[in-house]
Amino acid sequence: MNVRAQVSMVFHLDKCIGCHTCSLACKNLWTSRPGTEYMWWNNVETKPGTGYPTLYEDQEQYDGGWKLERGELKLRLNSRAGELLNLAFNPRLPSLDDYYEPWTYKYNDLIDAPQGDGQPVAAPVSLITGKEIDIEAGPNWDDDLSGSPVYAANDPNLKGLSEEERQMLFATERLVYFYLPRICNHCANPSCVAACPAGAIYKRGEDGIVLVSQEKCMGWRMCISGCPYKKVYFNWETGKSEKCILCYPRLETQQAPACMHSCVGRIRYLGLLLYDADRIEQTAKRPDHELVEAQRAMILDPFDPEVVARAHENGIDDGQIEAARKSPVFQYVKRWRLALPLHPEFRTLPMLFYVPPLLPVTGSMGDGVYDNSADFFSSLESARLPLRYMANLFTAGDEEQVAAVYRKLIAVRIFKRAQTVGDIPAERVAQTLEQARTTPEEIEEIYQLTSLAGFDERFVIPPFSREAAIELVQITQQRQEGGGMGFLHGPQRGL
Amino acid sequence: MSTFLFIVFPYVAIILAVGVGLYRYWTNRFSYSSVSSQLLENTKLFWGSVPWHYGITLILLAHVFAWLFPGLTGSILGFGPRLFAFEVAGLALALFAAVGIVILIARRLPTLSRARAVTSPMDWILLFVLLVQVLTGAAVALFDRWGSHWFLSAAAPWLWSLVSLRPDAATVAPLPPLIQFHFLLGFAVILLFPFTRLVHVVMLPIHYLWRPYQVVVWYRDPRRRLAPVPASQAAPAKSHFSSAELKE
Ligand code: SF4
Ligand code: SF4
Repeated sequence: MNVRAQVSMVFHLDKCIGCHTCSLACKNLWTSRPGTEYMWWNNVETKPGTGYPTLYEDQEQYDGGWKLERGELKLRLNSRAGELLNLAFNPRLPSLDDYYEPWTYKYNDLIDAPQGDGQPVAAPVSLITGKEIDIEAGPNWDDDLSGSPVYAANDPNLKGLSEEERQMLFATERLVYFYLPRICNHCANPSCVAACPAGAIYKRGEDGIVLVSQEKCMGWRMCISGCPYKKVYFNWETGKSEKCILCYPRLETQQAPACMHSCVGRIRYLGLLLYDADRIEQTAKRPDHELVEAQRAMILDPFDPEVVARAHENGIDDGQIEAARKSPVFQYVKRWRLALPLHPEFRTLPMLFYVPPLLPVTGSMGDGVYDNSADFFSSLESARLPLRYMANLFTAGDEEQVAAVYRKLIAVRIFKRAQTVGDIPAERVAQTLEQARTTPEEIEEIYQLTSLAGFDERFVIPPFSREAAIELVQITQQRQEGGGMGFLHGPQRGL
Repeated sequence: MSTFLFIVFPYVAIILAVGVGLYRYWTNRFSYSSVSSQLLENTKLFWGSVPWHYGITLILLAHVFAWLFPGLTGSILGFGPRLFAFEVAGLALALFAAVGIVILIARRLPTLSRARAVTSPMDWILLFVLLVQVLTGAAVALFDRWGSHWFLSAAAPWLWSLVSLRPDAATVAPLPPLIQFHFLLGFAVILLFPFTRLVHVVMLPIHYLWRPYQVVVWYRDPRRRLAPVPASQAAPAKSHFSSAELKE
């Protein structure tokens, strides 16, 4: 057992209101520089939909992530030698048009326009060429299913759905969608790291944050193709790759990442997980349907004395273990088994987990009357989105594993409804709980963390002790004296 | 004159390439990048970048091989069909590379193109010099036969004389002007190396072939936790004033 600590996340999709506040908080902080305008380290996409960049989940097209070949874990992208041969041209690189061409408007024209009969307009101009452009796409062009015949109908996760199910999905009366906010998953088996020929991308040992060394990056662009979630971006101005840094400068000073801090729906949770690094490879090699369970097994119990002893051996201190015990992520992922990784079949072992959305109650439109009295708590069978769709997203297609999550989520609703409104017979409650294999105590805990948790319960930031870590490699006095007044130079593109 | 062109200039080019290249690496490693524009334009890039890189790499390897092992090259090629085949292959590769670089230039030309937006003046100079160099190379192959033969007796000794620090331009001085120009421009490319995106050439990530897939970086050693620096070894505590005094 080789215990490692990982700062990981849970996003509770039932609570996301699709407001994009997270995206803007991130953009304001990190990607408002030239070359990064088109990057959304945090983006929120509407599902069903093709996402950002378009069709990123379709690995037939992009070859991201890992594949199993004769029991060996291989990059889908290419062999090592094959990658080197493709340095001059990467055939699997999305083009800017798969994201969108960033633009602004000629606002000055509104003020400077000469007197005339018509209203002055602010024409859109490309942020890259400075020339006027026709805007053809944006980072959330398919928000709330706008243009669904183009976007939603092409969602790769619809595979395996019958024609009837698809129709059900898109029939206007039953229009249904949900939001999927995405940041880098800071994977335990990151394929971006593995694909980088320069060795510029690395995972931080102490906290598992995946970063791109801006000095070592040579702009070979393989990480962008290698990441199946398309969460590494190419800065066209500096010629370097950039990605979500999980706001590590904020984390190191005990602040929640900007996207999480600003989240209006309070859907985001952050905490430490301890996991067994010796099991990364064998976990990633499991057959598709066993991946979720194997990843859960790889995550260790911080209450287990054996785990604690081994963690100490690896330099994980009591503060971190304490944080791992309080971690909301540990509760959702390991104890309650409610949170699932996005597309586990990419085999990168993503360390960001999602509680799938239960979606609003079903209703029907008859004679202009909206009637939702039939089954207020949307039993699984009448779920608005086919289970198969959710399974394609979160369990590599295994419907039973998603159903198990849903049974528990429904049990929470029914239990609390019975408790607060009292209109559900006790036998039905007991039966639901039994089906979901849960207990009233567990439900209360889930309810507490889902609906009532305050800031400090949602974000249990472990002590980073960077100063203690620095002490090991440098004398602190010297470090302190090495700082001081001076000049910081902005990143300058090479000649 | 030939001393300046074929001895002084090459040395200056090499010294600057190494010196400035290292200086740039140590002081501003961030500026080392291929500064790819593939994200912005990737259809024309395919037809330009692939022929260019494959063509020029093979040609350069042939040049270097002939320079390092002139005797061996001579005995392999001889003066018959093999030499002829080699020359034809070389010429074809040169034209292949030339087509590539013409497309690379063309894709940056239109004023509206996105690739144009990230093209620096040094890029234009480099692209132009490389184009001329490839074209003169092809012309030499066509008009001054057989390059792979006389290279061994004219260019290789001169290059070796530069390396062994006993410079002697005698073998290249009498060559036709076209060939001399090709040599000089070759050193001009070396001269341009540290001042352009050409620096990416030396960063070819060969170690990717054997390094482990995953890279994990620790502040502390995970297995063997280092003991904190004992107080006795730490720098002596200095007051703020005394350190200011020391610096004066
Ligand atoms: S999600 Fe993040 S860590 Fe995982 S492969 Fe992509 S960029 Fe790398
Ligand atoms: S801020 Fe929160 S609620 Fe709003 S879109 Fe982002 S994740 Fe969803």
